[in-house]
Amino acid sequence: MSAALLAEWTKLRTLASTAWLLLGTAVATIGVGVAVVAGTHQSAGSGVVDTTALALTGIDLGQAVVVVLAVLAVAEEYGTGMVRTTFAAMPRRIIVLAAKATTVAALTAVAGAVAVAGSLLAGRAALPAGSGSVLGAITHGPALRAATGSVVYLVLVALLALGIATAVRDTAVSIGVVLAVLYLPTLLAQAVSDPLRRHVEQLAPMTAGLGIRATTNLSALPISPWEGIGVVAAWAAGALVLAGLLLRHRDP
Amino acid sequence: MSAVEAPTRPGGDRDGGLRSALRAEWVKFRTVRGWLIGLGVAGLLCVLLTYLVANGIHSGTCTGTGVTCRSGHPRVPTGPGGEAVADSYRYLSRPLTGDGSLTAQLASFTGRVSTNPVNVAPSPSATRPGLADWAKAGILLTPDTTPGSSYAAVLATGRHGIRFQYDYTHDRPGRGAPAASRWLRLTRHAGTITGYESADGVAWHEVGVAHLAGLPDTVRVGLFVTSPVSFHGQTGRPTQATAGFRHLTVTGATGGGWRSRAVGTSRADFYPILAAGGARSTGDTAVLTGSGDIAPAVVQGVLGTNTAASSLLLGLLVGSVVLIVLAALFVTGEYRRGLIRTTLTATPKRGRVLAAKAIVIGGVGFAIGALAAAVAMPVGDHILTGNGVYVFPAGPGTVSRVVVGCGLVTALVAVAVLALGVMLRRSAGAVTAGVVVFVLPYLIGASLPGTAETWLFRVTPAAAFSVLGVLPRSSLVDYPYTFANGYYPLPPWAGLLVLAGYVAVALGAARLTLQRRDA
Repeated sequence: MSAALLAEWTKLRTLASTAWLLLGTAVATIGVGVAVVAGTHQSAGSGVVDTTALALTGIDLGQAVVVVLAVLAVAEEYGTGMVRTTFAAMPRRIIVLAAKATTVAALTAVAGAVAVAGSLLAGRAALPAGSGSVLGAITHGPALRAATGSVVYLVLVALLALGIATAVRDTAVSIGVVLAVLYLPTLLAQAVSDPLRRHVEQLAPMTAGLGIRATTNLSALPISPWEGIGVVAAWAAGALVLAGLLLRHRDP
Repeated sequence: MSAVEAPTRPGGDRDGGLRSALRAEWVKFRTVRGWLIGLGVAGLLCVLLTYLVANGIHSGTCTGTGVTCRSGHPRVPTGPGGEAVADSYRYLSRPLTGDGSLTAQLASFTGRVSTNPVNVAPSPSATRPGLADWAKAGILLTPDTTPGSSYAAVLATGRHGIRFQYDYTHDRPGRGAPAASRWLRLTRHAGTITGYESADGVAWHEVGVAHLAGLPDTVRVGLFVTSPVSFHGQTGRPTQATAGFRHLTVTGATGGGWRSRAVGTSRADFYPILAAGGARSTGDTAVLTGSGDIAPAVVQGVLGTNTAASSLLLGLLVGSVVLIVLAALFVTGEYRRGLIRTTLTATPKRGRVLAAKAIVIGGVGFAIGALAAAVAMPVGDHILTGNGVYVFPAGPGTVSRVVVGCGLVTALVAVAVLALGVMLRRSAGAVTAGVVVFVLPYLIGASLPGTAETWLFRVTPAAAFSVLGVLPRSSLVDYPYTFANGYYPLPPWAGLLVLAGYVAVALGAARLTLQRRDA
């Protein structure tokens, strides 16, 4: 396993795109978060604004970059034919999948932590003075849950993308499928009325998982924050199991 | 210039070149079975999602007091042009046979505004003084008082001066003098109705003329008052207006006396009113109190913003995502397999290769987008109507505009991603950029400050989704025509132009990179 890990780490590390994508995750997340927070004084009409959740809005975009990173880690090997060399060197394919998942998850966790921490810090700086809302300290219970949970969410999205990419074996199709799975149910939920809306929000990975960003008014969420993360974990696990089964029974 | 180039590049060869490049690209596209399956799946998903969205929308319309809610939607009259209209007013009228006229001086015009929003039951005590901008009082002629009937009227308004209006959508302003104490006159000559205004009842100025088709010999002519929902910000409040008239003069054959009627103000009617009002007349004076509007119907706060076109959005996005993937593969696949070298050897003019590829993927995109929309529109309409949701009437013109618009959106998206694919030579960036650019405005737009969301749908490629905007808007109705209320900031053709601009830039850049770079 450690040899497999080392191999996957070397492959990812030596790709120029990896560093750019990790940087892109952080930049995209922080950038959108700051833009949204900077304008809260205008949209804050009534009630308490959940500034922590607002500062983390950028995850909507950041996760797309994470998806690209995870998909490229697998699908590009199929594209170039490198995958045959990989499996010739490591005949136990599940080990290869596990090594890839570990490497991508670790890298995503690092980039995600930077993105989330950066969003919260930049959000605090960008918060307009006198807007009546404060961004709680990151060590404060709900804010800590939002921060750690968001990183976990990004890692799970990466694993979901990795699993789908292993099953699909093509970069363009995999990215299309993963982004559709993430984004389209969210738009579907916006378009329909209850009870269908609630069911969609509870079952779809993005709507269920990103409830973790909320620090106040948790009862308005379609599903409780950690249960939502559980939904995303189920999606990721499902994708990885499917990928594992297909890897065993299919020629590369 | 063509004379110089003629020996090396005769016109016939040029056309033949593009034609054979086109054939080559078309064969490349059509022989990949996975892509054809993808196209079929895209079309099916588009229709299926439209069905799902439409089916997920149920109507729980609350009518009248706002306390009694029932399934189904309230009654919305249909105007002479087939459009949805509001037709609620207080009418003090008498029959008129043949030619004739009615003259009156508007002595007073005041109003009240409910302090409760439209979705709360209005109460006469919860009001404050105030005249709605489009409150109307004047003389109206109509063949019958069924809501949605043809009419012509000369009227004073709260803030828009004297107007001559007929058949809901036609409007002609008067001289813009202060509305109070103006004299108004409406005359009928066979099918021709003319409205006049005057400051003193002596010197008359013509405001407008209407030719109402199929006007019967006996019509009703009389005074009317109405006052629409007034919007300040997002909240609509029902209003009521009271107008005093004097010096009533009728010429022509008028049988019977004055009769007061509230038109279109029953519980079943959709237009929110403050109270039905009433009318009193003594001698040649009359006082009318009314609430409602005579104008195109746009109050979605009451009717909902669902249209077959708006339920198509998700399907269009799914279709676009599939097209984005296909368009990226169509060119990056060649780079991956090295086929691009063969392609460029066979057709050395690289611009021609790009053009052929763009035409093929754009044509395929148009066909699938338009086909899916053509199937999905009636499906969405049928399901929504079946669910008791009010759907604004869409004529064949609107439907075909949406269908062609959807085809153009998918075609342009496909060509843009193709160009991106040529520049990047890798599919990941092209696909991600394509999807994110279209989806993100819908996701984060709502949490952006102030008008940022509107600007997203003005300047980003997502502006093209304005082809789905079919909700009626009218300059005769005050309403917040905002994105949150279902109105795209750009008209459909302008939205398509924005996307087309991006496509043109991307194609130009792709052509340059293709030309300058080794394959």
